[in-house]
Amino acid sequence: MSEEIIRLHYDINDEDFSAAGEASSGVKKTLSALGVSPETVKKVAIAMYEAEINAVIHADGGEADIEITPEEIKVVISDRGPGIPDMEKAMEPGYSTATETVRELGFGAGMGLPNMKRYTDEMYIDTKLGEGTTVTLIVKI
Amino acid sequence: MLKVREIVKILDAEILAGEDQLDMEIYSGCGADLMSDVMAFVKESVILCTGLVNPQVVRTAEMMDIKVICFVRGKVPGDAILELAKEKGITILSTKHPLFITCGMLYSAGIQGRGVWD
Ligand SMILES: Nc1ncnc2c1ncn2[C@@H]1O[C@H](COP(=O)(O)OP(=O)(O)O)[C@@H](O)[C@H]1O
Ligand SMILES: [Mg+2]
Repeated sequence: MSEEIIRLHYDINDEDFSAAGEASSGVKKTLSALGVSPETVKKVAIAMYEAEINAVIHADGGEADIEITPEEIKVVISDRGPGIPDMEKAMEPGYSTATETVRELGFGAGMGLPNMKRYTDEMYIDTKLGEGTTVTLIVKI
Repeated sequence: MLKVREIVKILDAEILAGEDQLDMEIYSGCGADLMSDVMAFVKESVILCTGLVNPQVVRTAEMMDIKVICFVRGKVPGDAILELAKEKGITILSTKHPLFITCGMLYSAGIQGRGVWD
C-alpha cells in the first residue's frame, strides 16, 4: 500500500432501503483492491454496514467519510437524526427501538452496535438529542 | 462438509443464480431471518438459509463473504435481488422446505461446523 492517506466520501440516502449498504459495498471493493487482508476487509465491511443501516433506519440517512492509512481504516458515519438518549442501553445486545416495519426488513435485532464493537479495534459515539449521531469505527491493519 | 451440488439435491432446490459454484465446499450453516444475527456469526464457508427476501440479505452475505444463500418455504426472489447476487458472485438457491427442516436436513447430511459467538 502507498504511504499516502486515501479518503473516500459517500452520501447515505434513506429514501430507498434496497440501496442501503452501497457505501459499505464501495468501501469493501476499494479495500480489497488496495490489497488489505480479507479478514480486515470483512471486519470493516460488517461494522460499517451496521452503522450505515442505523443511519437509514434510525435517522434520515447521513454521510460516510473514510480514511485509509497504512496503519488503520477509519470510518466516520454521521447523521442529523434524533440522537441516542441512553447510550448504555443502546449498547446492550438485543436492545432496539426499531419499528415492526424495520424488523420485517430483517433489521432491528438490537445487535448492530454490539456487532460494530466486536468487529472494530476502537469505536466512538458522539450523540446529541435532536441534533444527530456520529459513529467512528477504527480497524487496525 | 457438502458441495453446493449436493445441497441442491438434498433440499430439492432450484438454482436461481451462480450455477458456476456448484463444486464449492460448504462447512457450516446459519439459519436466520434477522440480518444482524447473521453478522454476529463468525465462520468460513457458510451457507445462509433464510425466509427473509430482500436485497439486504444479499448485502449481508456480501459483507460477510458468504457465497451461498438458500431462500426457504418456496420463496423466490425478484430480478433485482438476483442481479445483485450475480454481480457479487453469490449463488442463490430456493427450496420448498421451511427453515427448521432445511437446517435439519443439511445438518443431518454433514454440515455441522459451528459458528462462533464471542
Ligand atoms: N444513528 C442512530 N440514531 C438514533 N438512534 C440510534 C442510532 N443508532 C442506534 N440507535 C439507537 O440504538 C438502538 C440500538 O442500535 P442497534 O444495536 O444497531 O440495534 P437496532 O438497529 O437493531 O435497533 C437502536 O434501536 C436505536 O434506538
Ligand atoms: Mg442497528
